[in-house]
Amino acid sequence: MLTFAYALLFYIAAAVLVGGLAFRIWEYATTPAPLKIPTTPAPRTRSGVVVRLGREVVLFESLFKANKWTWLFGWAFHAALLVVLLRHLRYFTRPVWELVVLIQPFGVYAGFAMVAGLLGLWGRRLLVPRVRYISAPSDHLMLALLVGIALSGLLMRFVAHTDIVAVKSFFLGLMYFDWQPLPPDPVLLVHLGLVAALMIVFPYSKLLHAPGLFFSPTRNQVDNPRERRHLAHWARELEAGRS
Amino acid sequence: MEQVKEPDRSESELADPLEIPDLAPGCMAASKPYVAAPEFQKAIGFPGELVEDWQDKAIDKMAELRGKYRSFRVFLDSCIKCGACTDKCHYFLGTGDPKNMPVARQDLLRQVYRRHFTLAGKYVPWLVGAKDLSEQVLDDWYSYFHQCSECRRCSVYCPIGIDTAEITLAAREIMDSVGKGQKYSNEIIGKVETIGNNLGLPPKALKATLEDLEEEVMEDTGVAVRFPVDEKGADILLVTPSADFFAEPHITGLIGYAKVFHQVGARWTMSSYASEAANFGLFIGSYENMREIALRIRQAALDLGVKRLVFGECGHAWRVAYSFLNTLAGPFDFLDQRYPIPQHICEYTYDLIERGKLKFDKSKNDHIRLTFHDSCNVARGASMGDKPGGQFEIPRAILRASCNHFYDMAPDTIKESTFCCGGGGGLLTDDLIELRKKGAQPRMRALQQVAEEHGVTHMAAICAICKTQFSKVLPMYGFDMEAIVGVHQMVSNAIILDRVEHGTVKSEGNEG
Repeated sequence: MLTFAYALLFYIAAAVLVGGLAFRIWEYATTPAPLKIPTTPAPRTRSGVVVRLGREVVLFESLFKANKWTWLFGWAFHAALLVVLLRHLRYFTRPVWELVVLIQPFGVYAGFAMVAGLLGLWGRRLLVPRVRYISAPSDHLMLALLVGIALSGLLMRFVAHTDIVAVKSFFLGLMYFDWQPLPPDPVLLVHLGLVAALMIVFPYSKLLHAPGLFFSPTRNQVDNPRERRHLAHWARELEAGRS
Repeated sequence: MEQVKEPDRSESELADPLEIPDLAPGCMAASKPYVAAPEFQKAIGFPGELVEDWQDKAIDKMAELRGKYRSFRVFLDSCIKCGACTDKCHYFLGTGDPKNMPVARQDLLRQVYRRHFTLAGKYVPWLVGAKDLSEQVLDDWYSYFHQCSECRRCSVYCPIGIDTAEITLAAREIMDSVGKGQKYSNEIIGKVETIGNNLGLPPKALKATLEDLEEEVMEDTGVAVRFPVDEKGADILLVTPSADFFAEPHITGLIGYAKVFHQVGARWTMSSYASEAANFGLFIGSYENMREIALRIRQAALDLGVKRLVFGECGHAWRVAYSFLNTLAGPFDFLDQRYPIPQHICEYTYDLIERGKLKFDKSKNDHIRLTFHDSCNVARGASMGDKPGGQFEIPRAILRASCNHFYDMAPDTIKESTFCCGGGGGLLTDDLIELRKKGAQPRMRALQQVAEEHGVTHMAAICAICKTQFSKVLPMYGFDMEAIVGVHQMVSNAIILDRVEHGTVKSEGNEG
């Protein structure tokens, strides 16, 4: 029963995450950007834009300019999250990829860095009046969700171990439609429940900043308006109708 | 030009321009510009006054904009409320009103967007701070979306690149579409679309003004510098903000452009039909009105048969010219493709300096110790030259070529981090004077620092709004109102006019 419930939950969560994100990306991609609005100085070439976006994605360059503490906490959290996610690939692959084996030792520390980053961000949200002012309940809830995922994960690693071999069988079973029982450990169930919740809210929340950055016209446009005429389809229709 | 008065340092002993104020909720709620009268609203295609079913109409408009502008859509979805922008707006730094923090300003619109266009906002509005569009909310919109000068400083620091200006533009367009427009911008747009310039200066008056100016310059310099209007067959059409025709210090800048053209024997003209570089259509986010104004420039270029298009010193004008003109009124295939279309007067002059075509007597500016205020829309919404950042280097190079004493202000207050003057984006009106004064505070403090450290007496800018705004607010911060100058005013002071007149002087172009 428990296995069935979680299997169903993860099928739904995966469908919402993938389908929802794909739908958002399609929406963003098909909504025109009628005017050239890169925040200048901006690159004059496509490859320059790739570099600019790359620096934003990898280094959080603009945030670094804005506020060193937010940058430190935010970057630490995201970098740690990436390592943790890569580490978790071992539960979904057989044989485990070499890269994933390689980063295993760092994965554990990354778990702590993730919590530290999140608590830093939460601390700012609670203690800095400007940031507290702009926070809605959902902003706190999102941090709670992520902290809950990280803490329950660390708890399993260091305190209440679960049968990790069985967990891996469960997920491989999900992927190959050959269902295996899920160990009924409370911490594991909490961890997985929160992860599924995160996957489901992703396309309906501010987590859309992840695809959003790539579609942000101030960052992804080439600064060449004098050289190339840029025209949205609705602006073309406007021209045809009036002049 | 007189020396400026010593700045009044009694209380703000070198205050930090970036000092973050304590939150003062609601302290600027009462700051609102006058509402446009019905006749001015209708003249530019909007309802005269607030329509009956304004709530529904506003939501419809929001849905329309959501489909037309990727920026609007992505920016409303993607904000993570990290707070990076909260201390970046000059109006927040100057007032402490939390609704002047860029993210909070966006949230005034985002709360309604979430209520109507997101799942969470529809079913659990309290969780995500979603709200219905009430009268109170519309009131907040009118107040606080007229406390954003669309300067884009916040967009530099946002990790997602969210530009609050885009949200302000959308909010103003939504308000216009339900009949609640701003008097200052909308009245001016009407004047440009009927008469040709923001001042409503008719062609006859314009020509008379420029004839007077020719005489004045002749008296001053003994050189017959011309200010041609509507001369067919000229090579260059100069489009400049109409403030250049009559107000100080703007007019001295116009004299500067004319002297540069004169010195190299360029055949140039202005147009009485398109006698305005500024495009206030930008301020209200109206693509249609912005296009209408841009098309006048295209028409003038066609009618006069010019080969090149050059813009005078004006910030938002240069953003529309550089970034949007080709889109709005292009293609300009009838102009000479060897030159940038359009070209900034600073690019034109800089190129001549680089090629040794202009000579300066810098000592003519020795009474001036100068700094440069990067105008926000040139700095973050446009560029110059063929390399990113040319908009910072080219005006400075011109100033260094024409003046011996140049000092930059603190690095985090110039170039891409520059502040708005406090009067940009349609806020340069007397009904917002308190806001303008407070919004100028960060820039004024940065100026006080260089005045103290380097004895700076003057500040140059390349924007008609900056020049007007600073003339007004400089005295409020203990400076002389004439401490604001144009870049081409410095050129005008120092340029050596020694071109020998021949009947057959060949027009000197530049390779731009």
